[in-house]
Amino acid sequence: MNDPKIKSFDTFSFNSKSKKEANICIAKYPKGKQASAVMPLLDIAQRQHNGWLPRVAMDYVADFLKMPRMAVYEVASFYTMYNLSPVGQNHVQVCTNLPCWLRGSDRVVNAIEKNLKIKMGETTEDNLFTLTEVECLGACVNAPMIQINDAYYEDLDETSVDILLTEIASGGAPKVGSQIGRRSCEPINGLTTLFDSSKD
Amino acid sequence: MLNDQDRIFTNIYGFNDALLHGAKKRGDWEGTKRILTKGRDWIVDTIKGSGLRGRGGAGFSTGMKWSFMPKVSDGRPHYLVVNADEGEPGTCKDREIMRHEPHKLIEGCLLAAFAMGAHVAYIYVRGEFFREIEVLQNAIDEAYAEGLIGKNSCGSDYQFDCYIHKGMGAYICGEETALIESLEGKKGQPRLKPPFPANAGLYGCPTTVNNVESIAVAPTILKRGSEWFSSFGRANNTGTKLFNVSGHVNQPCTVEEEMSIPLKDLIEKHAGGVKGGWDNLLAVIPGGASVPCLPKSLCDTVLMDFDSLKENQSGLGTAAVMVMDKSTDIVAAIARLSAFYKHESCGQCTPCREGTGWLSRMMIRMVAGNASVKEIDLLDQVTRQIEGHTICALGDAAAWPVQGLIRHFRSELEERIAQAKSKAA
Amino acid sequence: MPKLIIDNNEIEVEEGLTVLQACEIAGAEIPRFCFHERLSIAGNCRMCLVEMERAPKPIASCAMPVADGMVIKTNSEKIIKAREGVMEFLLINHPLDCPICDQGGECDLQDQAMGYGSDRSRYIEGKRAVKDKDLGPLVATVMTRCIHCTRCIRFATEIAGVPELGATGRGEHMEVGTYVEEALTSELSGNLIDLCPVGALTSKPYSFNARPWELTKTESIDVMDALGSNIRVDTRGNEVLRVVPRNHDDINQEWISDKTRFACDGLRRQRLDQPFVRRRGKLEPSNWEDAIKLCANKIKNTDPLKIASIAGDQVDCETMFSTKLLLKKIGCTNVDCLQDGAKLDQKVRSSYIFNTKIAGIDEADAILIVGSNPRLESPVLNARIRSRFLKGGLQIGLIGGAIDLTYPYQHLGDEPQLLEQFIAGKNKFSKVLKKAKNPMIILGSGAINREDGAQILHNARKIAETTGMIADNWNGFNVLQSAASRVGGLDIGFVPEKLFNLEDMELIYLIGADEIDFNKTKNAFVVYQGHHGDNGAHHADVILPGAAYTEKSATFVNLEGRPQRTQKAVFPLGQAKEDWRIIRALSGAIDKPLPFDDLSDLRKLLSDTVPSFGSMNEIITNAWGDFGLEGPMTNRRISNISVNFFMSDPICRASITMAECAKAQSDRLAREAV
Repeated sequence: MNDPKIKSFDTFSFNSKSKKEANICIAKYPKGKQASAVMPLLDIAQRQHNGWLPRVAMDYVADFLKMPRMAVYEVASFYTMYNLSPVGQNHVQVCTNLPCWLRGSDRVVNAIEKNLKIKMGETTEDNLFTLTEVECLGACVNAPMIQINDAYYEDLDETSVDILLTEIASGGAPKVGSQIGRRSCEPINGLTTLFDSSKD
Repeated sequence: MLNDQDRIFTNIYGFNDALLHGAKKRGDWEGTKRILTKGRDWIVDTIKGSGLRGRGGAGFSTGMKWSFMPKVSDGRPHYLVVNADEGEPGTCKDREIMRHEPHKLIEGCLLAAFAMGAHVAYIYVRGEFFREIEVLQNAIDEAYAEGLIGKNSCGSDYQFDCYIHKGMGAYICGEETALIESLEGKKGQPRLKPPFPANAGLYGCPTTVNNVESIAVAPTILKRGSEWFSSFGRANNTGTKLFNVSGHVNQPCTVEEEMSIPLKDLIEKHAGGVKGGWDNLLAVIPGGASVPCLPKSLCDTVLMDFDSLKENQSGLGTAAVMVMDKSTDIVAAIARLSAFYKHESCGQCTPCREGTGWLSRMMIRMVAGNASVKEIDLLDQVTRQIEGHTICALGDAAAWPVQGLIRHFRSELEERIAQAKSKAA
Repeated sequence: MPKLIIDNNEIEVEEGLTVLQACEIAGAEIPRFCFHERLSIAGNCRMCLVEMERAPKPIASCAMPVADGMVIKTNSEKIIKAREGVMEFLLINHPLDCPICDQGGECDLQDQAMGYGSDRSRYIEGKRAVKDKDLGPLVATVMTRCIHCTRCIRFATEIAGVPELGATGRGEHMEVGTYVEEALTSELSGNLIDLCPVGALTSKPYSFNARPWELTKTESIDVMDALGSNIRVDTRGNEVLRVVPRNHDDINQEWISDKTRFACDGLRRQRLDQPFVRRRGKLEPSNWEDAIKLCANKIKNTDPLKIASIAGDQVDCETMFSTKLLLKKIGCTNVDCLQDGAKLDQKVRSSYIFNTKIAGIDEADAILIVGSNPRLESPVLNARIRSRFLKGGLQIGLIGGAIDLTYPYQHLGDEPQLLEQFIAGKNKFSKVLKKAKNPMIILGSGAINREDGAQILHNARKIAETTGMIADNWNGFNVLQSAASRVGGLDIGFVPEKLFNLEDMELIYLIGADEIDFNKTKNAFVVYQGHHGDNGAHHADVILPGAAYTEKSATFVNLEGRPQRTQKAVFPLGQAKEDWRIIRALSGAIDKPLPFDDLSDLRKLLSDTVPSFGSMNEIITNAWGDFGLEGPMTNRRISNISVNFFMSDPICRASITMAECAKAQSDRLAREAV
C-alpha cells in the first residue's frame, strides 16, 4: 500500500472548489496553527484525486500549509482513511471486528468476494470496486455492516450485500443504512423505550 | 426501569427531527442563558454534584475534570475538545447523539466551554461518520444562525465558536492526548503526562477533552438538577447511560437506561434476550473491546456500573455490551480483538508496538491450538509485560481481553491444544 | 531545590531536572535508549521505568520532572521485571545479527541486554524485516535493527534543522526513514550514527572495517574548520579508521560536521610520503638530505626580500612560528597565513576572533550575519545558533545572499552600504540590535575576503560600537574564521610586515598552501611542504613531505582564540616528518639553527613570545581596539563565498567519501532544477 514509488502523477494542485474548502478548513484554527488543517486538506486532495493520494498531492499540501513534507508523509501514512495507492470507484470497506464477526461478517465477506470476484485488498478489473477489510466503524448494533465510499450499509447478510453490490454495479443508488428496515439503532421487534417518540 | 420522562436522549432513534426545530421541542436550548448567568462555579459544582463520570471509558468525574482548568487565563486561550472519535469495538452511542441529538451536544459544548473559560470547542469526529458530520455541521450552522452560539451566545455576551475536526482513521486518536496531537496536524501518538492537558493541551494551552455523551448530558443535568441525575444508579455510579447491546442477542440496540441496571435485565428487556435463551449465553464483554470478558456465571448477577464490573475484574468502559452465545469460538473472538490492537497500536512505545504483535500472533496459534500449554502462561506474562508499561492505555486495553480469556476460559485453550496434538498424532 | 528519596537515600537536586537525571546524581544507573540530553524527551523506549510512590504504574523517569517529596525506587523487583520485559520486547523483532553488525561492541542494545535482559528468548513467531533506506553516502542503514527510539528523527529535526527524517506507518509497521529515498541535506548527518543506540544507522565508509576493541583511541582536535571540534581519532596499526566526536560543552558539544568525521579516508590517499625534486620539469623521488640541501642552497642564494612563505589553512602553530623565526633570521618578513586574501587586522586580536565565544551564542538575543554562510563555514556553530533560536527570543538578520541556514532570518539585502545604514541607525534591524541585551555581529569570509574588506571590517566595528555589542561582560563582535590555522597564524603574526607581491618572489615556500593563485608562482622556485599531493605539490620544485593533523602533536587556535592540541594518533607516512622538524632541519642546513631541539622547547619559546599560547584550552580576555580602515566601500554586493563544503582542503579533496558527498549533492541539485 505505502509504496512511495507510485508516482504516476507529476503535478497536483487544488481546483477552485478544493481551494475554497481548504481555506474554510484553515480558518477554523488559530493563526499560525494552519498545520492543524493537514488532515482535512489531505482528505480534500484525495477526494479531488479519485480517492487516493499520490506523493505530489502530499507535497502540494505540505507546501500549501508550509509544513515539512516529511510531516505530511507521516500523517498520510498513519491514518487508514488515506489511500496511498489507487482505489476503485467504490471503496468497499468491510468491518470484521468482533461485533460484526459475531453476526456473520465472514459470510458477508465471502458474499462480497464472490460477487466482485476479487479477494480482500484487491480492485476489480473494471476499477469499479476495491475491497478492504477495516476495523470497527462504530455501528455495532447494526452489525454486520460495510462502508462504501461515504455511506454505511447496515444489518447485512449474504443476500442483502449481494443485492446491494449488484445494484451499485449497475449504477443504482441503494438505500443507505439498515437493510432490514430499521430506522437506526432501535430494537427491531418493537420499541422497549421512548414509546411516544415515533408518534411525534 | 427508567421512565421515558427521565430519559435524556428522547430522539436517540431519530424518529423525529434532529435539527433545531425538533430539538427545541425536546427542550434543547431552553433556559441556556439562565444557566450561563449562574456562573462557571455553579455549573462545575452542579456537574460534580450529579456524580457524572466520563462516558468515554475511563469514568473520571466530569465535574472534577472541568475544575482542573485554570480559573483565570494567563493569556493563553482555553479549549474544549470533544472526543467523538468513537471507535472502541462495540461502541456506537456517540454516533446516535450526533445524528439524532446534535443540539444536545452543541448546547453542552457551550455550557462546558463556558464553565472552563473556553471560547472555542473542537469536536473531533471520526472521519468515517460522514453523514453524522453532515448533520452535526448543519446543527452548528443553525445554532450560529439563531445566535445560540457565536459572538453573543444565547444573548449572554459570551463568545463561543464550535468547529468540527474530522479524524481520518486511527483508533488511538480516541486517547485524549493523541487526539490533541492529531488536532494539531500530527500523527495521533499519545503524549507523555505530565503535563496534563488542563495545563498544556491543544497548542500548549489549557484544554479539556470530554466524550460526546458526557458533554451531551450536561445541559439536561444543569436544567433538571444534580439530584435528579444522581437519583439514578447506585452511589458513585449515578445517572442514566446509553448502552449498546450487540452480538448474539435477538434485537441488538442502543438504549438509554439507568446506571447499575443488571446486565441480565439490560439484555433481556431491551435486546430481546440472548439468542437461544439466557442459558445459551457463553460470555459477555460488557464495556467495549478493552475490558475483560465475563463468563455467564458472572453475567447472571453483575450490575452495569463502574464498581460492580470492576469487582468482577472487568469494566464499564463505554458500556458497549457484546454478547456471545455458546456457538461462539471465544478464542477466535479474543484473537480478533488482539489483531485489532496490533492494527491500531500507534507504534510509539516499545511494549505496545512489539507486544501487541506478539499477542496477536500467539492468539492466532491459540485459535488453532497450535501451541503448548506452557504458552498459555507465556501469553499471560506477555500481557503483564505490556500492561502498565506504556505511554497510554492502549497497551492495557490490548492486555485485558487476553487476560480475561485466560482467567475464565483457560480450559478451553488447553482443550484446544490437546485436540490439535491428538489430531497431529 | 526539591528534595527526593531515591533508593532510600535523600538527595537534593536542581529544579527542572528529570527523575532520570536525579537518579544519576544519586548514583542509580538508569538504562535508556530514547533519552538523550541534547534532544527533546520522547519517553518511548520505556527502558527507564522506575517506581514512584503513590503512582499506580511505573513511570518513565526520563519524562518526569522532579518534585519535592518524591520517593523513587530504581531497583525494586517490579522495576527489574519491567525492564526485563521492555528489553525482551525490544529484542523480539531485533535480528540476531550481532556478529555481522558494525555496532557490535559499542551497542547500547547489546550492553543493556546483558545488564537488564533475560538470558533466553521466548519468542518463536516470525521476526519483522524492514527494507533498508537510502540515506546517502555517509549513513548505512539496516532498518530491521531499528528500535524506533526516534533519536535520529529528533536530531535531524531539532539539531540539524532538516526535518527530513520521520516515522511513517504505525504500530509494528512504523518505519523510520526519509520516505522519499534521498540523502539527508545536512552537514551534520554523521551524528546520527553516534546517536543511534543500535546498528540501524552505522557509518557507511567505515562499514566492516574494524571492531571497536581493535582500535586505538587518541583524543585530538579537528582541523577541517576553525571551530576546533574535540575529536577522537580511532586507529588500527598506522591507519586512521574513523573520527568521532568528543564532548566539549563550550565548543562542539557532542556534534561534529560530516567533513570532520568522514574526510579521514583522505588521509590515506594522495599522500606525500617522500621528498621529491623537480628535474627536467618532472618531479622525481628524492631523499631528505638532497632535498633539504637543495632548499638550503636556494635560500642562501636568494635575496631575502625575494623569499616568501605562505601557510595554508591546516598548518599548525609550531610550524608557522618556526618558519617565521627562520625567515626572520635571514632577514625576510614575507610570511602570510591569509592565502585567500582576507583583509584581517593582525594587530588587534579582538578584530579577528569570535569574541562572543561559541557558548556565548546561547546568551545572544540578536544576531546580524554579514557575508557568511555559517552552515557551510562552521556547521556545528550554525547548529548552536539554531538551538539558541529554538529556545525563543532570538532575532537574526542577514546581509548577503539568501541561503538556507536551517532557521528563519530577516534577509536585509546584500549591498555593502547597508552597513552604513546600520551605523546611522537607519536600518530596520538596527533597532533590533540596539534593543537587544546581547547583540552579536558575525562577519564571514564573504565580507572580509574582498578588496574593501578592511573598510567593511571598520564599519562592522562601528556597528558593534554603536549598537551596544561592546559592553563590560559582553563582546558581540565576531569573525567567523573557517580555516583552522587562521587565528593561530594571526596570533603568531604570520602576516607580512610590509605587503609583498607574490609574483615578484623568487623563492616561495609553501606550507600546506594549496588554494593560492598558482599563476603567480610561475617564475619562482617553489618549495611545498605538506602532506598531500594537491595543487601546491603539483606546482612545486621541491616537495618536503609533512605530517597531517592526526600524525603529530600540534597546536591550533580555534576561532574563539582557544589554543588546543592535536595528539599523534599514527606516525607520519613513509619518510614524512612532523612539520616543525622539517623547518628545524632546514634552519640547520642554512647554518641558522633555531634555538630549540624538541617540541617542549619550541612551545616554551612560543608561549614566551605569544602569551596566549601559555594557557592551553583557555580563552584569554582580549582588549577592544581600533581596527579596520575608514573609507568608502565598493558597490560590489556582499556574497557568501561559495564554499564547496566537501572539497575545501587537500584532505577532503583526496577523500573518496567527500567526493561521493559532493556528487550526491550535485545530483540532487540537478534533480531539483528539473
